[in-house]
Amino acid sequence: MQIGAYSFGDTQLNPDGTTRATAEAIKNLFDAIVHADRVGLDYFGVGEHHTVSMPASSPGTLIAAAAAATSQIILGSAASIISTDDPVRVFQQFATADAISGGGRIEITAGRGSSVETFPLFGHDLNDYDELYAQKLDLLLTLNNSTTENVTWSGRTRPAIGDLAVVPRPVTGSLPIWIATGGSAPSSARAGRLGLPLSYGIIGGQPHRFAPLANLYRQSAAQAGHTGDNIKVSVATLGLVAPTKQEAIDRMYPGWVRLNVEMGRLRGWPAPQRRDFLAQVDAPSAYFVGAPDEIAQRIVDLHGHLGHMRHFLQGDFGGLPQEHLLESLTLLATAVKPRVARLLAAK
Amino acid sequence: MSGQHVLSSHHDTTIGILGAGRVGTALARQAVKAGYRVLIATAKPAAENALLVDIVTPGAVAVESSQAAASDLVVLAIPLHKFRTLHPSELAGRIVIDAMNYWAPVDGVFDDFESDPRTSSEVVEEFLRHARVVKSLNHIGYHELEEDDEAAGVPTRRALALAGDDADAKAFVSSFIDRLGYDAVDAGPLSAGRAFQPATEIFTGSHTANQLRALIQKNRPLADAA
Repeated sequence: MQIGAYSFGDTQLNPDGTTRATAEAIKNLFDAIVHADRVGLDYFGVGEHHTVSMPASSPGTLIAAAAAATSQIILGSAASIISTDDPVRVFQQFATADAISGGGRIEITAGRGSSVETFPLFGHDLNDYDELYAQKLDLLLTLNNSTTENVTWSGRTRPAIGDLAVVPRPVTGSLPIWIATGGSAPSSARAGRLGLPLSYGIIGGQPHRFAPLANLYRQSAAQAGHTGDNIKVSVATLGLVAPTKQEAIDRMYPGWVRLNVEMGRLRGWPAPQRRDFLAQVDAPSAYFVGAPDEIAQRIVDLHGHLGHMRHFLQGDFGGLPQEHLLESLTLLATAVKPRVARLLAAK
Repeated sequence: MSGQHVLSSHHDTTIGILGAGRVGTALARQAVKAGYRVLIATAKPAAENALLVDIVTPGAVAVESSQAAASDLVVLAIPLHKFRTLHPSELAGRIVIDAMNYWAPVDGVFDDFESDPRTSSEVVEEFLRHARVVKSLNHIGYHELEEDDEAAGVPTRRALALAGDDADAKAFVSSFIDRLGYDAVDAGPLSAGRAFQPATEIFTGSHTANQLRALIQKNRPLADAA
């Protein structure tokens, strides 16, 4: 089981509550990825997010920088919103990062995004939401599966490509391309039919309830004739690890409140209460907040339902102090990861 | 409250759900649990949804959208901006629950609703022309729907609002909501659904029938003026 983290960037706050620079958040995220590599974390996922509080808008750029500064960690987008980007550019950016990394540890996760900021930002029409995603995913896969530099593709959402070079090629021939989904059944079925690995973002509810979706994904893959290593599931959840559960709760809660107040202001939610947070911090709820042993046990328990091969957490939002993020990464790598391995081996 | 509207045999009652996303599948499971015959359809052929329905909503049946539309009660659980892909002729005369929402901060801005002062359900009803539209099931989260249900008579039982212009349709929907595990509260005509659209107190919270009635009453002048 791979253990990892993901982040959309986390703009820090001044003592008076005002927002600090978004550039600082990007530098913090870079530092966190380098730290995660040093302590032995398996995976780090980046953005894409386009808000002042979460400014990791350009995963390819950050991952290229991190590729140069790390040696073993797998780096991927979490996720790239391909609907509103040019798949040629996304592919080139990640293939470039792959070249810099030495090859074999750069991934793309393709998603639609859980919010729609990129549509007005890049001038796309929300009425084309489904077609943009389907077409751009098709182009991205065409580029990745090509055995030569030159690629030919045509579709409705972008000018055709007629035998043009798209370079560089990935070091090992292609990049792992994952599909990201928040848990709609048709998305799971589609990923299975395409034979692509599937990444679930589970930010509420009860994660074990995704078991039928993972089953649907695997059976859809089998029905379409896809077997082997590419048929696998990863899980992203919210969470933070600290020496004790109380510390983990006390560290994550202030940022959670700020994030929910900010989103509530946009979406018309009332201000959240501490009890709303506390209702979600224990199994089988959504937040993986706690000391290493509990988090390891919860990951193993969820593995019994979903059979996932990678679990990664996001705890840095709403101005989580950087030191708390770094300690969570350290504990994930040095305490949670070996305990998960032991528990799974004992099964 | 709505327990009086018990159908003689709801096992013979067919619920057709249009949409197999998170809302559609959660509703399907809850309706199967309540003992209904449940049909699910999307824009795709039924055969393409068979595996999905077998695994994710066991007990329900994947059908073509025209078959789902011929059910005793049809639930619209597709993204709202796709409402023009519905077939008005197939839904003519049918009792239709509009469980969709116009929620621009989450789903983006769409001219159909942004430039229209009516509630999204009134826009949908106009498009469907002869369907008996009831707005409901739109103000409960899809995972809450399967977690918050309680037996009739439990004092803390959560309530769901409904609004519509057809009294018989509303009685039918009230009975359905009751069987799903919730008290049904009639908010009035379809336009009164404004009281439980996104960003309202009803939409963002969880309420018992008495609390819900009070909130609807509080909103009534607003709904009437609109």
